[in-house]
Amino acid sequence: MQQSKQRSHFPVHVAVFLAPAVLLYSVFMVMPLINSLRLSFYNIGEQNQMSYNGLQNYVKLFTDSNFAPFFWRALKNNFVFFVIHVLVQNPIGLMLAALLAEGGRVRNFFRTVLFMPTVLSVVIIGFIWQLILNPLWGVAEGMLKAVHLGYLFGPWLGKPESALITVSLISVWQFVGIPMILFYAALIGIPDELTEAAHVDGATAWNIFWRIKFPLILPTVGIVSVLTFVGNFNAFDLIYTMKGANAGPDFATDIMGTLFYRTFFGQQLQLGNPTMGATVAAMMFLIILTGVLLYMFLWARRVQTYEL
Amino acid sequence: MRKLFTLISLLIGLSLILTACGGAPAEKVTLTIESWRNDDLSIWTDKIIPAFEAKNPNIHVVFAPTAPADYNGVLDTKLQGGTAGDLISCRPFDASLKLFKSGYLTSLSDLPGMSNFGDVAKSAWITDDGKDAFCVPMASVIHGFFYNKDIFDKYGLKEPATRDEFFALLQALKDKGETPLVMGTADQWEAATMGFQNIGPNYWKGEDGRLALIKGTAKFTDAPYIDTWKDLAAWKPFLPSGFEAEKYPDSQSFFTLGKGVIYPTGSWEISQFEKDSKFKLGIFPPYVQKAGDACYISDHTDIAMGMNAKTPHAAEAKVFLSWIASDEFAKLYANALPGFFPLSSAKVTLDDPLANEFLSWRQTCKSTIRNSYQILSRGEPNLENELWRVSAGVINGTITPDDAGKQVQDGLNKWYKP
Repeated sequence: MQQSKQRSHFPVHVAVFLAPAVLLYSVFMVMPLINSLRLSFYNIGEQNQMSYNGLQNYVKLFTDSNFAPFFWRALKNNFVFFVIHVLVQNPIGLMLAALLAEGGRVRNFFRTVLFMPTVLSVVIIGFIWQLILNPLWGVAEGMLKAVHLGYLFGPWLGKPESALITVSLISVWQFVGIPMILFYAALIGIPDELTEAAHVDGATAWNIFWRIKFPLILPTVGIVSVLTFVGNFNAFDLIYTMKGANAGPDFATDIMGTLFYRTFFGQQLQLGNPTMGATVAAMMFLIILTGVLLYMFLWARRVQTYEL
Repeated sequence: MRKLFTLISLLIGLSLILTACGGAPAEKVTLTIESWRNDDLSIWTDKIIPAFEAKNPNIHVVFAPTAPADYNGVLDTKLQGGTAGDLISCRPFDASLKLFKSGYLTSLSDLPGMSNFGDVAKSAWITDDGKDAFCVPMASVIHGFFYNKDIFDKYGLKEPATRDEFFALLQALKDKGETPLVMGTADQWEAATMGFQNIGPNYWKGEDGRLALIKGTAKFTDAPYIDTWKDLAAWKPFLPSGFEAEKYPDSQSFFTLGKGVIYPTGSWEISQFEKDSKFKLGIFPPYVQKAGDACYISDHTDIAMGMNAKTPHAAEAKVFLSWIASDEFAKLYANALPGFFPLSSAKVTLDDPLANEFLSWRQTCKSTIRNSYQILSRGEPNLENELWRVSAGVINGTITPDDAGKQVQDGLNKWYKP
C-alpha cells in the first residue's frame, strides 16, 4: 500500500534539483565526449564529406607506420611522465604534509608558499623554468657553479635523453601542492588520542607515522594516485608551452596530449586530421577509464577505511 | 513555477536588449585579416592600413595575427567553424591549395591587379593546372648570414665566400674566445630552415635539384643532401654551449646583444635587428664549395593574401586585395618591412641598405625556393616536419647525416610516387 503510494507520487523536487547539473553536464561534457568518440569512426574526404569508416582509424593508429610508432612512443613517454610523478611528486607531497601536520609557527606560511605554484598559470611556470634552465642566460648554471657543481649543468631541456625527465620534474614542482594539501587534510583529521596512546606505549615518531598514521590515510593515497594518473594522461599544456606541438627534441617529450594536438590541429605544413585526432582522444579516454576502473575495483574496494 | 517563467522571460528580455545594444549597425564595413606575422602588427596598424583607409574611408581593416606555429591549425579550425576573418594570409603551396580545394578561398584570377605578377610569383598560390590563382602574392624572403661588423673589423676578418673560408673564419673567431655562430636547435625549424635550406641550394644546384626531387630523379640519400647535412654537423663546435635548449628568440637576443658573431637566418630579421642591435650589421650569402662556383640563394615565396569564400563583405575584400596588388602597396610594404621583398613586377626602390644588399644577390645568384614546400609535403610523414627533426638531430649529433638522408627518403617513399 505504502509502496504504491510512493510510486504514484513522482519526486518532482529531486528532478528539479538535479536538472541544472544534469543539463549542463550533459550538454558540455557528455555530449561532446560521445560526439568525439563517434567522430573516431568516421573519415573526412577531399570535399569535407564524412563517411563511416568502422574501426579503420584504430587499425591505422596501431599498425600504420605513420601513426603506430608515434602512438607507442607517446604512450611510453606518458608512462615515464606518470611514474616520475608517482615516485617523486607524491612521496615529496606526503613528506611535506607530514612536516606541516607536525605544526610549528611558520606552518601557514609554508603551506601557502608550497601550494603557490599550483595556482600559477602553466604559461608562467613554463616561461620561468625555461629562463632558469636557459644555457645562455639562465641562473641554474651560475648557482651550480657557486657550489662547485657547474660541471653537472647541461642543456637539459634540449637533450633527448634528459628533456622528458626535466619537463616531468618541472610539472612535479608545480603540482606537488595538491598531494601535499590532500595528505595534510587527512593527517590533521587523525585524532590526537591515537598518537598520544602510541606515545605512552613507547612508539617512536617513525613508528607512529608508518604504523598508525599512514594506514589511516591509505584511502587518500589511492585518491592522490588516481588523480595523478588522470592528470598525467590528460597533460598537454606544460609540454606545449615549453617544447611546442612538435614536442622536441626528436619527439622525446611527446605525450598523448601533444600527439593528439598535432594530429587534430596539424603543425606547420602538416594539415590537421580531425578523425585521427578523435581516435587518439578516444584512446586517451580508454586509458584513463581503465586506470580509474582498476582503482575502483582493485584498490578502493579492498582498502580498509576506519571511522575516526 | 510561475516565478521561474518570469525569471526566464526576464533573462531573455535582458539578453535581447544587450545584443541589440552590442549589434548597433556600424557605418563602416570592417574587414579582418588573418595572419601569422604577429611581429608586423604595428607596421600594419600604423602604416599600411591607414594608407588604405585614407583612400577607402568606408572600409575599416583590422590586422589580427596568430602565433606563427599555431597559425595553420587555428585558421583551419576557424574556417571550419565559420569564424575566420574576411582576408586570409596564405602560406605558400599546399596548405593554401587545400583551403582553396575545400572551398574556403575564392578564385582571384580575374582580380584587377593580378596581371602585375609573373608566373613564378604566382606559382605558390595557383592550382596545379594553372587555372585558378587564389591568393595575391605579397612577398618573398631571402636566406643568408647576418654578422656583427664591429667584431669582424676588430679582428680584421672578411666575409667568407667558400666553405673553407667559412670554417676558417669560425675557427679564427673561436680562437679569439668569441662564440662564432648563433643558432639553437630547440625549436627544430631553425636547423632546417636557416641551416639546411640556407646552405643547401649551393649543394643541390637550386631549382635543378628541387625539381629533380619532385620528378624522382634525385633522392635525399644523394650526395648533395648528405653533404649539406655533413656541413651542418660541422657547425656544432662553433655554436653557443647549450644550443640544444636554445630557442629562436634566445638566438635573436644572443646575436643582437653582441654575444655571438654570425647568425644564419634570413632577410625577415632586418627590421628587428636594426632596431635591437647596437653594432653595425653585415650580411653575406650562403657560401659555395669552391671559389667561382655558381651560387644559389633561397628566395622563398613566403606570403600572399586571399579572400575567405564565406565573407559577407566580398566586394570590399576585393577592393582591398586589388590594392595589395598595386604598385603603391608594393612600395609601402617593401619599405615598411625591409627584408620582405615584393613579388610584383613593379619597380620598387628600397631605402634600407641591408635589404638592398639582399636583393642584389638576385643579380649574382640564381633563386630557388625551399625544396619541401611544393608537392612534397602533401603526404604523411610530412617532409617539412621530417626535415626539421633530422636537421636538428644532425646538428645535435644524435643522427648521422647518412641516417638523416635515409630516414627522410624512406618517409617520402611511403607515399610519394613521382
